This record gives sequence, structure tokens and C-alpha cells, in this order.
Amino acid sequence: MKEDTKKTPRVGLFVTCLVDLFRPTVGFAAVKLMEEAGCTVEVPMAQTCCGQPAYNSGDREDAAAIARQTIEAFEEYDYVVAPSGSCAGMLKKHYPSLLKATSWEERADAFSGKVHELMSFLVDVLGVTSVHARHEGSVTYHDSCSGLRELNVQKQPRQLLATVEGLELKEMPNADVCCGFGGTFCVKYPDISNKIVEEKTASIAASGAETLLAGDLGCLMNMAGKLHRQGSGIKVRHVAEVLAGMDDAPAIGGGGR
Amino acid sequence: MSAREAILGKLRGAVGGAGDQTRREAVEKRLGKPPRGLIPARGQVEGEERLALFCRMAEAVVATVERVGSADDVPGAVTHYLRSKNLAPSVRMGDDRRLKRMDWAAQKSLEVKHGRAHREDEVGVSHAFAGVAETGTVALLSGKENPTTVNFLPDHHIIVVNAKDIAGDLETVISRMRRKFGKGEMPRLLNLITGPSRSGDIEQTMLLGAHGPRALHLIVVDG
Amino acid sequence: MEVESPKFKEKARRAIADEQLQRAMGKARIGFVGKRKKAVEALPEFEELRSSARAIKDHTLAHLDLYLEAYERKVIASGGQVHWAETAEDARRAVLAICRAAGARTVTKGKSMITEEIALNDFLEEEGIQPVETDLGEYIIQLRGEHPSHIIGPALHLNKEQVEEDFRRVHTALPAGRDLSQPESLLGEAREILRPQYFAADVGITGANFLIAETGTSIIVTNEGNGDLTQTLPRVHIVVASIEKIVPTLEDASQLLRVLARSATGQDMSVYTTLSTGPRRPGDPDGPEEYHVILLDNGRSSMLGTEFHEMLRCIRCGACMNHCPVYHAVGGHAYGWVYPGPMGAVLTPSLVGVDKAGHLPNASTFCGRCESVCPMQIPLPRMMRHWREREFERGLNPATQRFGLGLWAFFARRPRLYRLATALTIPVLAGLAGSRGRFRSLPLAGGWTRHRDLPAPETRTFMQQWRDRETRKQERSAA
Repeated sequence: MKEDTKKTPRVGLFVTCLVDLFRPTVGFAAVKLMEEAGCTVEVPMAQTCCGQPAYNSGDREDAAAIARQTIEAFEEYDYVVAPSGSCAGMLKKHYPSLLKATSWEERADAFSGKVHELMSFLVDVLGVTSVHARHEGSVTYHDSCSGLRELNVQKQPRQLLATVEGLELKEMPNADVCCGFGGTFCVKYPDISNKIVEEKTASIAASGAETLLAGDLGCLMNMAGKLHRQGSGIKVRHVAEVLAGMDDAPAIGGGGR
Repeated sequence: MSAREAILGKLRGAVGGAGDQTRREAVEKRLGKPPRGLIPARGQVEGEERLALFCRMAEAVVATVERVGSADDVPGAVTHYLRSKNLAPSVRMGDDRRLKRMDWAAQKSLEVKHGRAHREDEVGVSHAFAGVAETGTVALLSGKENPTTVNFLPDHHIIVVNAKDIAGDLETVISRMRRKFGKGEMPRLLNLITGPSRSGDIEQTMLLGAHGPRALHLIVVDG
Repeated sequence: MEVESPKFKEKARRAIADEQLQRAMGKARIGFVGKRKKAVEALPEFEELRSSARAIKDHTLAHLDLYLEAYERKVIASGGQVHWAETAEDARRAVLAICRAAGARTVTKGKSMITEEIALNDFLEEEGIQPVETDLGEYIIQLRGEHPSHIIGPALHLNKEQVEEDFRRVHTALPAGRDLSQPESLLGEAREILRPQYFAADVGITGANFLIAETGTSIIVTNEGNGDLTQTLPRVHIVVASIEKIVPTLEDASQLLRVLARSATGQDMSVYTTLSTGPRRPGDPDGPEEYHVILLDNGRSSMLGTEFHEMLRCIRCGACMNHCPVYHAVGGHAYGWVYPGPMGAVLTPSLVGVDKAGHLPNASTFCGRCESVCPMQIPLPRMMRHWREREFERGLNPATQRFGLGLWAFFARRPRLYRLATALTIPVLAGLAGSRGRFRSLPLAGGWTRHRDLPAPETRTFMQQWRDRETRKQERSAA
């Protein structure tokens, strides 16, 4: 660990609503990875969602209320970590602008400094350089947009994946292009979203990998849903599951065709 | 209220009052002494290295480049170019003094027409004010002796540029122009030309010779 | 041009089903991105230049009134005339007045988005003046009676076979048996057809990439050379430019030029960068006798100082749309007005009203690729979100959407109730899906399941399972 080695860092896990509801395995994988790196992980019960559905629909009032609620629940921790670039980006980058020029401005800024996306937290903050995991087979990694462009998550997951025994990383073309999920976008503009995810699944297939990994459950559910609909046998998992050696759970959306 | 006053009034309302002395001073300062901005390192090389960069960048945009030892060699180089392209021995040029000093008469059977270009002119010859090594660009000024039509109508454009006039960056050329014409003054046209005419409008395939010259030949005069 | 943005969804659906269009977009998707990347990687200072370019425009916008006044003084001093226009209609009238005074029957035009914005061509035709587009792409779409689908590649949505068809249909004086199968032959034909037009035109109209306050200069940046022929050969040159095109000095223009072409086409410099200052001077052998500049506001001044202020930095390079997955999917025409892609999604509501253009800022995944490549560092996603906020404030979103969002927010703001509700429903959903692990369809989830399966919840919520884990831990430590 790079920082104070005497004190065990206390991490508040921001589970994210999608992981909470659809894929608890990702949450437990995140906990395992951080505990193995020497953290104490707690899960405040007062959390729900990061507020993006409201924020991105132009509903600032509800978004700000959720932001205040989240800050209140998490500000006592040394770190706030989310297994999602999109939610971490919301907490870190958008809460401060949402609460700017309100009585919460200072608290939002202080809170922002504690927030990290899981991969970035492990590598950039904790200095983790390898994991103890085994995964037989080839994977390809999709860079989810917010993590990539708001939080510079790109090298970190690849760095850790390189230390997984038996794993072969096969890069897809245009790994950094959006999968078409976009939160409420995918249901508001289903045809466009579908066209974009079709491009994405073509890229994924072109990589020749057996498993698709990414760091954001929204994108993963979108891509998994499309791959299944297309009858593809490519399995889909959150990158944390593989890094934590928890790839024995069924893949997202189930395994086979 | 005129449209002018209406627009300016709205702008003032949005960004500050007209009596705002600091704003006026900021504008006068910038116009009086333009900041040079950020100049990329690429062009910041001297001598032969700069010439080589200029030639390389120009060739990268599909201009052809040849170097000659002195201005006396230019008419011969032009004749040679025409022959190599199977072109009729006829060129159009303005009344540029630097071109006029050259011995065109020595080129047997080469017709040299002066004045603005016409539709039937196949080859235009111009003299550049400067070159820019950073991008392989040549700078041409319009004026009594330098018609603009020569730069655009003929299929082939031959531009003579003196090696000593090739600068590393465009900003240096701008400074030189300011010295030549005075502060805030410009020739009617400054043409910055970087390669021959092209278009990528059909299926993004870059094709040469859209509306301007199909070929650009640069003759760099050393010394 | 009629605003068709309200029909965005329908137009998008048709675009996605249009195989011809999708084939053209497939090329666009790869071409621009790779070229820009290569050019940017070859210039180590590019990121710094973006900041420098941004600072120049920020400074200019903060002093816009003063720079416009300075610019006007210099244009007049160099023998040109400046016409101020508040609206598109004012600008059209100003152009017409100049054309009438010149006795113009035909005008040639260089590629200009601003004249698209003011729908100049239709207007001139109605007034009996024939506009001739000279940029190859613009020429093609003029033949087709279409509008540009991209701000720097107007005919990006077409394939060469379509162009061949149009040329055969319109250029009837040419031999029917001629070979037009290659882009080269199409370009050659357009060149031959357009060449006499430059000489016949009485007036040449161009836009401007930049206006320089220091010298009263207008700049056009082109690859074809058509803009230069347009402005050099006719007796009158009209520049139509919006007020935010101004930059203070020649050096400032140079900084912006360094990012413009690289961001647009991946060139270091476009082929022709032409700086024009006033009309033909005494003794000049060629050039226009009159030089007019029409300075158009058309809504810009209302953006200044608002949350859309930064959009006025835009230099119209097209990088945002070149990198936009939504633009790639639907092409430019789906956006329904002049400006497509992310810049259009921000600008169009400003210029035609968010009530008409509301779809545009909503049809974004907020992937942020546009902002990451914008040479002027314009926070496009943020401004699209601002439009969504304005819509929300005005209650413009559909009722079902507002209801759904309200219901969701009700729970999201009440963690205990949220826990309870999710703990009850999630295991049921998981049970419904069974071992298959996904749904092919589900009530209320049609937007999702029309095109893809919905992965089912694993078993119970994370929070339920985490509580169990904590309880077990406590029991163990108690024992």
C-alpha cells in the first residue's frame, strides 16, 4: 500500500443500484478485492442509487436530494468506492457541480475527494499490482464511457487482468466506443441504442474472446442482453468477478444459448 | 435602433458595460501587442534541417518539390517540369519582379504570358512571400504584380520560394508581413497553400484536383 | 429550411433501416476517427493547443462587442462594407439587396453552414437569382434537393453510385455512354461543369471560418479551391458570418488553425487557407470590386452569458459528430435541421427552440467522446443536460416519463422504503426467470426487451445478503 500502512483504510462501498438488484456477486467481489488489499469494507444501508436517472433527465431537485442523502451516508469513511465508473463519476464529478453554491458545496467537494471507481482505487490508491485468481480462457475488455473519460480508467483493469493465471486478453476493435446503454437513453431511444449495441457486439465477436468483461453493470447488461438475443455463446461478467476469482457464478444473463 | 446597435447592446448586456475600462484596455493591449501563442516544437529547427522539414511536409501533402542552386536555374527547372508532364511550353505569371529578373528568354520556345490568368492557361507560376516548414505551406500575397487567378485557375501551379524565406512557423511569417505592410494592415489576399487541390466529398476518398490546381510543384531556391 | 427535429425518432428509425445510408455511415465511422487520431498523435503539443485555442475564444467572447467594433473599423478602412443582421431574414434581405444592386442573375457559393442556417438558396431562387453551390459535396446535394448531412462533409450520407445517378440525370448534355464508375470521373465531371459557372456569376458568396479584428480580415479554409474561385472571379464578394467567428489577431487565428484541420479531416493544414481583406485594390489585376460582410447574430447574443455560452467557442470542425455513436447510427438528416451531431444537439435548441428540438439533447448516451475530441473543449454533454433541465422545468417531457421518474425518485429518496420494496420484488423477479437467467420479454420493459434480453436478478438483493453476512459475523464474534 502506498498510503499510511499502520491504519486500516475504512471503505464505504457504494454498491450501485444495479449491482444491488441484479448482480450482488459484483458487490461481494469488490468487497473481497478490497479486503484482500487490507481495507475494512462497510456498506451503509442509507444508500439507494447515485441519482443519475434524475440528473440526466433534467430533474436537478431529486438528483440533489439523492446527492445530499448519499454524502451524508458516506462522508465518515476514508474512501467511497463503487464498482462502476458511471456511478463513481456521478459521485465524484457531478455531485460537486450539482451542489455548487448551496450550503452543501464544501461537503460535496470533500466527499468528492474520497470517491473512487473500484479498479482505479485498487491500482492508483492502494497500489495493488496483482491479484490471486485463475481464469481459464480468453477475455475481451470494454471500456465503459464514464470510467474511461471521466475517471481515466483504462490501464488499471488491464494491468490486473494480466496477472490472472490462465487468462488471455484479446482486445476488440473500438473498445472505447460506447455500447449504446446510456441509462434511460436505451429505453427512450431503443432503436438507436440497438443500432449502437449491434456495432458493439460485432466488435466483441471480432475479438474472438470467450468472455466479455467491463466495469459497469449497465453496459454489461446491455451487451449481455444483445449477445443472448443474437444467440451468441460469449459469456459476460463484471471485471471484478474475474479478478476476485468469483467466476464460478453463472454469467450475466445466464450461461448458455 | 439599428441592427448594429441592437446586437452590440445585447452583447454588452451579456458580458459587461460599454464603459468598462478594463475590458477596453484588454482589447487594446491584445490588438496592440498580439501574444504569440503556443508554437509547436516541430518547426523550430534551423538551416538545412528546416529546409528538409519543409520539403518533407510539402511532399506529405502530395506537392512535388525540387531544389535549385540559384534564381537563374528557375526557368530551366520550369521547362523541365513542363516536359516531364508532357505539357505545352507555355506558362502564365503575373509581373512579379523576382520572376521577371529571371532569364526566361533563354528557354527556347517557352511562351511566358503575363497578367491575370484565364481559363485556357494550363500552368501558372508564382513567387511565394514565404514558406512554413511546420506544415509544408507556402504563403502568397496578392498585389499589382501578383494576380490571385494564377494560383487557382491553371491545372498546374509552380511556386518559387526562396530558401531563406522559409520560416519554421506561421507566426514568423505573420511578423514579417506586419513589418512589410504595417501594423494592422494586410495585402488584399494572403493565400496559404498546402498541397494541390483535393476533395474527399465522395465516399471520403481523397482525390486530387477538385477545383484548383491538380498539381503543385515547389521550386526551392537555395542561397 | 423547415425544422424537422420533432420527427427525430421516426427519421432515426428510417435511417437505421436504410441500407444505403448505413453503408455510407460505415465508412464515415472509420475514416474521420483514424485520420484525426494520426494527426493528433503526430503533434505532441495538441492538448496544450486545445487549451490555448479555448482561452483565445473565451477571451474573445468576453470582449465580443469591442472586437466586433474593431473589426468593423478595419473592414471599412480597407474599402469593404459591413452589414449587421439580427435575424436570418435580415441577413437574407441584405444579401438580396447587394445582389440586386449588382444586377446579379447567378451567384456562386463556397461551402458555408451559415447560409444553410439562413436558408439562403431557397430564398434567392424565389427572388429569381440562381445560386450555384461549388463545393463538390454541396453541389451534389443541391442537385438532389437535399441539405448537408454533415457540417464538413455535406454528402457524407451518399455512395458514389447515387452521385453517378444524379450526374446522369442532370448533366444531360454529356454523352450517355461516359464512364462515371469511379469517384475520379465524378470529380472531373463536376469540375468541368462548374468551371464556367465561376466566370458567369455576378456575385460570389462565402462563409468565414474566422474574422480577424486586428486587420478586418475574413478567412476561409477549404481543400478544393472552389471558395477561392468563388470569391475571386465575380465582381462582388459577400462574406456571410455569424458574430462569434471573430478572433482578435492573426496569431490567434494561427493557433485556431492548428487545431481546426487536424480535428476535422486529420490534415495538419487544409489545402487553402485564404485571408481576405477588402476588395480589389488600385492596380490589382483581379479580385472583386466590392467586398461585403454580413455580420449575423441570429440568436448568438442570447446564448452569451448563459449556460450555453461555451457553445459559442465552436469552430465547426465536425469532430464531435465524427466521434458520436448516435450520429454514426442515424446520420445527419435525422437531426432535422442544419446542424447535426452533438454540436447540433446543443445549438439547434438555442436557434429554433427546445420545444421543437427537444429530442436532440435527449438522444445522447452521454458517452463524452465528443467533448474528449472537441478542439475547443466544449462541454457538450453538460450543455445537453442543461437543455434537459430546461425541458424538465417547463414540463416538456412526456407524462409517462415524468411519472416513472417521479415514482423512482420517491423510492430513491427514501432508503428504508426502497430497501423494503426491492427486497420484496427482486427475489420474485429472480424466481420468475428461473435458471435461464434472463427474460425475453417483461411487462413495462418493452423498450429494453424489444431488441435484447433482460438479464435477471441473481437471487436476492446485495443488501439482503450483506445483512445476513453481517449478522452471521456478529453471531460468530458473540459466540
